[in-house]
Amino acid sequence: MTTAPDKSTNPPTNRALETIAAAPPTTIATGHEGSVGDQIRGYGQRIRGGEMGMLPALAGVVVLGILFGVLSPFFFTKGNIANLMTQTAALMMLAIALTFVIILTEIDLSAGVTGGVAMGIFIKLINDGGWNWVAALLVALLVGAVIGLFIGFFVARIGIPSFVVTLGLFLGFQGLNLVLLGDAGAYRVETPAVIAIMNKSMPIWAGWFMLVVIVAVSLLTGLYDRMQRVRSGMPVRPMSLLLARVVAWAVGGGAVVYLLSLNRSNGIIPIEGVPIVVPIALFILWVGQSVLDRTRYGLHIYAVGGNPEAARRAGISVPWVRMSAFVICSTLAVVSGLFTISQTGVVQASTGRDIVLSGVGAAVVGGVSLFGGRGRLAQAAVGALLISMITNGLGLLGYPAGITFLVTGGVLILAATIDALSRRRSGSTSLART
Amino acid sequence: MAPLIELRDIRKSFGPVEVLKGVDMTVQPGKVSALVGDNGAGKSTLIKGLSGAQPYDTGEVHFDGEPVTLSSPHDAARLGIEVVYQDLALCENLDIVQNMFLGRETVRHRMLDGSDMEKHATSTLQSLSVRTMKSVRQKVSSLSGGQRQTVAIARAVLQKARVVILDEPTAALGVAQTEQVLALVRRLADSGVGVVIISHNLADVFEVADYINVLYLGTMVAQLQTTATTYDDVIGYITGAKTRDTLVEETIS
Repeated sequence: MTTAPDKSTNPPTNRALETIAAAPPTTIATGHEGSVGDQIRGYGQRIRGGEMGMLPALAGVVVLGILFGVLSPFFFTKGNIANLMTQTAALMMLAIALTFVIILTEIDLSAGVTGGVAMGIFIKLINDGGWNWVAALLVALLVGAVIGLFIGFFVARIGIPSFVVTLGLFLGFQGLNLVLLGDAGAYRVETPAVIAIMNKSMPIWAGWFMLVVIVAVSLLTGLYDRMQRVRSGMPVRPMSLLLARVVAWAVGGGAVVYLLSLNRSNGIIPIEGVPIVVPIALFILWVGQSVLDRTRYGLHIYAVGGNPEAARRAGISVPWVRMSAFVICSTLAVVSGLFTISQTGVVQASTGRDIVLSGVGAAVVGGVSLFGGRGRLAQAAVGALLISMITNGLGLLGYPAGITFLVTGGVLILAATIDALSRRRSGSTSLART
Repeated sequence: MAPLIELRDIRKSFGPVEVLKGVDMTVQPGKVSALVGDNGAGKSTLIKGLSGAQPYDTGEVHFDGEPVTLSSPHDAARLGIEVVYQDLALCENLDIVQNMFLGRETVRHRMLDGSDMEKHATSTLQSLSVRTMKSVRQKVSSLSGGQRQTVAIARAVLQKARVVILDEPTAALGVAQTEQVLALVRRLADSGVGVVIISHNLADVFEVADYINVLYLGTMVAQLQTTATTYDDVIGYITGAKTRDTLVEETIS
C-alpha cells in the first residue's frame, strides 16, 4: 500500500481527534495500486482471509487430472477429453442455473425435473405437433420461466421455504411428465439439430474463431475497464497483469482447441473440432456472469444473499430479486434439459430426476457458498467439471457405480466443510459481528 | 444560528400508552446533540418519528424553519435526514464501495460505473479524514466494528445528509474504536451536518456532544450545554432524581 503524508484539515478540537491524529497517516487504497508483486501479495492476503473462491476446486481438478492420468492411459486421450466436455455440459448448465438461487440462500430441488417437463412439452410439440424445433424450444424456455415465476411467487410472496416448494414440484413434475409422455414413457429425439448440440462438432476453423473471440473479449473488457478507471482518475493495475490474463486465455484455450481439432476417431470417418455445445455453454456463462458482476441487478442479488434486511433498507425490492432469480434458474434448467436429451437422444418421465443433486453438489464443490452471498458461475462450472471427472475417471478405472457415488458424496462434504471453515475465518478477522 | 430541525410539542401514543408527552427539541447545524434517557424514556420513538418510519401523532416539525411532514422514510430522505441504526445494515459479502452505494448505484451504459463510485467513496471517506481502512474494495466482513460504523456513517454522508442520527454508535466497540468513531462524529459535525447521537454511555456523550437532551418518561426534562453541566446533573435528570431546574421551561405532567 502506498503511504503519503496526509494533513488533516480539521484543527484538533478535542481528545478524540488527537487520538486519531496520532494514528499512522495512510491514504485509502483501492486495491489497484502498486506493482505486480503488490497485487500478488494482496491476492494472497485475500485467500488467507478466507476468500478462496474456486481455488480448492481448481486444485481438485488438477489433482484428479494427475491421478487419473497416471492410473489410466485412456484418461488424457483426445476422445476422452471431448467426452468429458459433453458429459459435463448438462451438469454444468444446471449448476450455473442453481448458483443464482444458492447465492440467495435458496434452493431449487425441482430444477432437473423442470428441464424434464419443458423437454416433455418440447418433444411433444415436435413429434406430435409437427412444430419447428426452434419454436418448440422457445415455448420450452417460456415454460421454464413460468415455472420459475411460480416457485418465486410461493417463496417470495407467500413465504414458504424454497426447499419445501421445490420438493413438492420435484415430485409433482415427475408425475406431470408421466402424464404428458403417456404409458410408453419415452419419446425419441429425431431433430438432427437437437442431436447435433452434444454429438457433433464445429468445423475446425470455427473452433479457432471461437478462441479468437474469447481472447478478444477478454482483452477488450480489460481495456474498457482500464479506460473507465483512467477517465475517473483512479489508479489502475499494471498493464502486464491484464496482458498475462489474455495470454493465459490464449495459451490455455489454444491447447484445448488444438487438442479437439485433432482427429479423435478410431474409425474411418474422422471426428474432429470443438463440440457444438462448448460455445453455447461458454456464451451463457459469460452473459450470466456479466449480469452478476456488472449490473445493478446482479449486485442486488449478491446484496440480498448477503443481508436481506440491509438490502431492503437500501430500497431494493427483495421479493422481486428472489422471484427473478428463480425465473433465471428455471429457464437455464431448461437449457440443461436440452443438453441432456441431446446427449441421450430420448425424453423420458425420469429426465432430469437424478441430475439435480449433482447440480447442487457441483455448485458447492466449485465454491458457491451455501450460506449465501458468495459464488460465481465459473465456480459452478469448475465444480461440475470436477464431479464429471470423478465419474469419468473412476469409470475408466473400472470401479462400480457405488464407488463413484461414495467418492462424489465425500467430495461434496469436503467442499461444504471448506466453505464453512473459510466463512468462519473471514468472520473471525472482525471484532464486532453485526 | 437557526436550528436545522425544531420539534414542538411532539406527542405519540401506542394504544393507551403515551410514549411522547409533548416533546420539544432542536438540532443545530454543525453541532452534536446527544439524546439520553433510560430505557423506555422514548428515545427510539422520537428518532423513528424523525426518520419517518413511525410518524408522530401530533406536533410540529420545522426543517430549516419551514414546517414539514415526516410521514414516510422517503420524506426524511428527501430532506436529508439519515439514520444509522445500531445494527448498521451492511452486507458483509460486499465491499465498502458497494455498501456505501447500495440501492443508489451509479450506472453508465446500463452497467455499474465502478470507478466513479470508487472515486466518490474514497473522497467521502477522505473528507471525513478516515485513515483506518486499507482499501475501499475491502469486504465489510474483514472490517472491525468501528470501521463498519465508519462505513455506515460515510454512507449517510455520501447521500448529502444534512442531519445524521446515530443510534448507539459505540455500544459494541472497544476503547480505541470508540475514540475513532467519536472523532468521526466530531468531524461530521464540524463539516456542518447536524448530528444527533443516542447513547447510554455518558463518557462518550460528554466527550463528543455540544448539547445534551434528556428524556424522562416521554418528557424532555433537560436541554443542557455540555460545558455548563456535570455528570451528576445529567444522571439526576435521567433517573428522575432531578426535575425542576431545567434550562428550558418544561413541566412534567
